[in-house]
Amino acid sequence: MDHAKLERHGVAFAFAILGVASLGGLFEIAPLFTIENTVERVQGMRPYTPLELAGRDIYVREGCYACHSQMIRTLRSDVERYGHFSLAAESMYDHPHQWGSKRTGPDLARIGGKYSDDWHVAHLSAPRDTVPGSVMPGYGFLAEARLNTETLPQSLAALARIGVPYTSEQITGAARDAVRQADAEAEYEDDLWDSYGHTVQIRDFDGDPDRLTEMDALVAYLQMLGSLVDLENLRLEDLNQ
Amino acid sequence: MTRDLQLLILALATFVVFVMGAAILGLGRGTGYVLHGWLIAAAAGWGLLKVIGHWSDPEPVVPFEYQDRVIKVGVLACFAWGVFGFTIGDVLAWQLAIPDLNGDMAGSNFGRIRPMHTTAVIFGFGGNALIATSFYVVQRTSRARLAGELLPWFVLGGYNLFVVLAVSGYPFGITQSKEYAEPEWYADLILLVTWVGYFTLYMRTLARRVEPHIYVANWYYLGFIVVIAMLHVVNNLAVPVSISVPKSYPIFAGVQDAMTQWWYGHNAVGFLLTAGFLGMMYYFLPKAAERPIYSYRMSILGFWGITFLYLWAGSHHLHYTALPDWVQYLGMTMSIILLVPSWGTVFNGLLTLNGAWDKVRTDPALRFMMVAILFYGLTTFEGSFMALRSVNTLSHYTDWTVGHVHAGALGWVAFMTFGSMYKMVPWVWKRDGIYSLRLEAWHFWLALSGTLIYVGAMWNSGITQSLMWQTYEPSGVFTYAFIDTVDAMIPYYWMRAIGGLLYLIGALIGAYNIAMTVRGARRPEDGTEAGPLAQPAE
Repeated sequence: MDHAKLERHGVAFAFAILGVASLGGLFEIAPLFTIENTVERVQGMRPYTPLELAGRDIYVREGCYACHSQMIRTLRSDVERYGHFSLAAESMYDHPHQWGSKRTGPDLARIGGKYSDDWHVAHLSAPRDTVPGSVMPGYGFLAEARLNTETLPQSLAALARIGVPYTSEQITGAARDAVRQADAEAEYEDDLWDSYGHTVQIRDFDGDPDRLTEMDALVAYLQMLGSLVDLENLRLEDLNQ
Repeated sequence: MTRDLQLLILALATFVVFVMGAAILGLGRGTGYVLHGWLIAAAAGWGLLKVIGHWSDPEPVVPFEYQDRVIKVGVLACFAWGVFGFTIGDVLAWQLAIPDLNGDMAGSNFGRIRPMHTTAVIFGFGGNALIATSFYVVQRTSRARLAGELLPWFVLGGYNLFVVLAVSGYPFGITQSKEYAEPEWYADLILLVTWVGYFTLYMRTLARRVEPHIYVANWYYLGFIVVIAMLHVVNNLAVPVSISVPKSYPIFAGVQDAMTQWWYGHNAVGFLLTAGFLGMMYYFLPKAAERPIYSYRMSILGFWGITFLYLWAGSHHLHYTALPDWVQYLGMTMSIILLVPSWGTVFNGLLTLNGAWDKVRTDPALRFMMVAILFYGLTTFEGSFMALRSVNTLSHYTDWTVGHVHAGALGWVAFMTFGSMYKMVPWVWKRDGIYSLRLEAWHFWLALSGTLIYVGAMWNSGITQSLMWQTYEPSGVFTYAFIDTVDAMIPYYWMRAIGGLLYLIGALIGAYNIAMTVRGARRPEDGTEAGPLAQPAE
């Protein structure tokens, strides 16, 4: 093509740029929505409970991704330090993903269950008292902040609109379910398990059973990270990509 | 388009933004969010009054000269954001060296203020530099005045409103936590409206050109405008939770969201921080060196090579992740090929200096540009290298990436900006020259040593930490706990903070030098100044 001709037509030039520049996305992103085995079919994935979602929203709000990844690569040194490599399915309900790009602190994709709730609360409140030499900021203010559950139904509804399979009962009962999950007596265990499955952990998370705090939510989220998929019984053919 | 129609569209767009601001301030909850509502409503309301006032006036006589006032404001905004963004960056660097500096308060912690730094430098400093210089370049190369009297102000004002909303929202926790696309939906919408105005203005000004050909610098500015529009819209598609809170959920999830995000993230680098600044290079370098561009053919190949290839390269940020392998390999391959147009452009820039190398020695502005091109060459080589899967196992998740980005941002983007600004400021303010060449040289050497210290520290820390993560005892267990690798970083964090401080001091000297130039005496008109050429009435 004669470039000198193109240079004479502003509109044609702009369209040419748009056409040439859109190819990369069309060939690399669009197929990820259509090729079926992009996201593995595995047992155990479920949407976040309202309390876990509230915790995840806090994780997003605080910008934790700036220093923590949630993506264990298929490398030996990643797998042996952090656990089974991450599956695409494990972030299928993550709007947005929090894979991250930097490990100033360790990967958190499978942090769930590695430490006690008490450890997390103490570490988040004063990192260097728990891990000498840590460069993490302190998040003691989370334990002081009452968790706002008011907008949780709207949050679940927004996620349902973009494909997260929340039922209408789950949406309307979101605020109530958040309180119930942090109930120290676990009185509504059966209801929550019926609704969200048996992987829901029900207890007081922040050591303060009288109040539902942002610390409850964040710890509930951290304690379930990477624990949903039954990795023991994973079959290779499920992972074929 | 008639004047009435133009003003009507401008008024409508501003009104829509005003209504959004009013809704937020009326229905929103939370200090930061309500504050944003007031800010949006006030800015849009003021703009609306301007449009209406303009409308009721009789059609003004458009002066037969270039529209340079808006450029001057853009230059000042660029330096203000630069100083602010570099300062926050250095604060963050010190927070890593001395963690107690976080204060352990919500609004001052690393996680919340880190995007203040990235947004202020990329969009505040870089974006304003691009808007200001693009307005300068498109008028000079077209020999035409900007197509619109109000629109340029709305573009600059709307854009800076977006940056203010973004940066002031983070301390309140208003963020999507999508890297380099953190602003929430309402700020994104304002940028979208502004960007449509920018594109329209640019195209209409080009349409007024007297030259039959569109000069190469404009291709790059146009590439920047068009591609950023595409990236911004696709990556920020989100569903707001409700008007009462700033929170939204991006519509893509998991692996698709990650790929979209890095398609965006890598090309914010490719088209804002590369293509836009190449536009700057293609105008200001030949002007400053008083030499023509070395090769026209190479600029064509470079332009289309970059425009095509960059968009494929984003997946190299996701090596060995849950992203399907075929996308990873494709991204790696394209990243390697990308070195060809990148280095073609480097040589095109350097060879343009042939015959003018003496000026590199005597003119610090040209020296800034020459070193910028060297850093561009270094960074693009390093980028292709890091995109190799085997190298990426070492570099990914470490400070090496941070060093790489800063070699590009400090060494290429900011050096090119400083070099061009030292040239353009005396031109638009009609001064004899810059206030002090000595201070300009000081700025250059401080910036260069700061950059080298910063990048050197990050190379060392990145490679050290990654090797420590992968070190095994003969028995097969890890030699180092994670915290051991954090301890090893501390001396490098100090070095980085000191390098950053030098860079900041240099930028302050630069800002002072620019301010003194602006305050200096005006050069007497001698009639040799080129202006827009006469053209048929619309």
